[in-house]
Amino acid sequence: MKIAVVSGKGGTGKTLVAVNLAAAARRAVYIDCDVEEPNGHLFFKPGDAKSREVTVPIPSVDASRCTGCRICTEFCKFNALAYVDNSVQVFAEICHSCGGCALLCPEQAITEQAYSIGRVQRGTLDGVDVWSGFLNPGEPSGVPIIRELLQEETKGPCFIDCPPGSACAVMETIQEADYCILVAEPTIFGVHNLRIVHELVQLFAKPHGAVLNKCLAGDNPAEAYCREQGIEILAKIPLAQDLGQITANAGIAAREDGKYRELFCRLLDRVMEEVRQCSNS
Amino acid sequence: MKLAVPVDGSSMQTSVCQSFGRAPYFLIYDTETEEARFFKNDAAAAQGGAGIRAAQWIVDQDVQALLTPRCGNNAALVLQAANIKIYKTQGDSLEENIRAFATEELPVLKDIHPGFHHRRGRF
Repeated sequence: MKIAVVSGKGGTGKTLVAVNLAAAARRAVYIDCDVEEPNGHLFFKPGDAKSREVTVPIPSVDASRCTGCRICTEFCKFNALAYVDNSVQVFAEICHSCGGCALLCPEQAITEQAYSIGRVQRGTLDGVDVWSGFLNPGEPSGVPIIRELLQEETKGPCFIDCPPGSACAVMETIQEADYCILVAEPTIFGVHNLRIVHELVQLFAKPHGAVLNKCLAGDNPAEAYCREQGIEILAKIPLAQDLGQITANAGIAAREDGKYRELFCRLLDRVMEEVRQCSNS
Repeated sequence: MKLAVPVDGSSMQTSVCQSFGRAPYFLIYDTETEEARFFKNDAAAAQGGAGIRAAQWIVDQDVQALLTPRCGNNAALVLQAANIKIYKTQGDSLEENIRAFATEELPVLKDIHPGFHHRRGRF
């Protein structure tokens, strides 16, 4: 069962929630799909981690076979190819790796070459399988790395740490999720971001609930939004110095502090119950 | 000499467009005959790589120079491969810039920008 932890912006606590849920579950898979800035591995520190490169196919043109017909340049919707001075220029960084140019070239002048955009890393620590994706700096889309991370079968609970926002990378990440946890901050800004991801999970028809993070005494606009929209509130995490300290030191609160263990175990039970109910209905 | 200029409209009274790849029109101007022809820029609505596509079109028009307020790196690579010189326009007026080019007052564009968009904008 795959549980995706999402939020409309960075810094709301996706990693905090995903890491602590995986730790609370004891035997679990934690997948860090925030490939631009993966940091779950900083908490789990898997010692035996193995890396594998992720590549995408990019066209390479054999100038001696090219007759300048321009079928490839006309075909490319992203204009990743240009024909100048009797040769094809390839703009690898805007190519979407669709393979169309190689397929259509009547002279078979185009072949595809593997181009590295990052890597995936797998390791295990104390019963938790920790998988992380790393996108090379300067590469604009981590989607191929996310696909690589999510293609593998998982057994038992699997917690997916999503990239922030609601764009392509997040959509790719939640596609196969059985349930989405929306993490929200108790601010007007937080509500705005919550609304965006809430719309997204509804578009994808994903069962979902919210975790209200950084809760203080007094009004919580995110809580008000959840009540108004009928979003199940799964847990409230306080804005507490000790939790901040443990986390800032790359510690896992559910392992280091009894009250947080209880909080995240309760959240885990709640989420599992929600997922069970959703799969039954 | 044949010139290309990204422009906002399709008459000599129009202004130079601030965007190269997504300019609505291009002027192709012949400095000898003073013939001015305006073309709709097909690249303006491109999903991506508008600069490359616009540059490809300009290369295909056999121009020797491009007058533009700015130009991205990818478009510059296409233009440079075709030995097209890139000059930096001064102010908005199209006519003023054509005049300034004729009197060699326009500087060569040096600040090629790395592009405004995602690079490999996958999906």
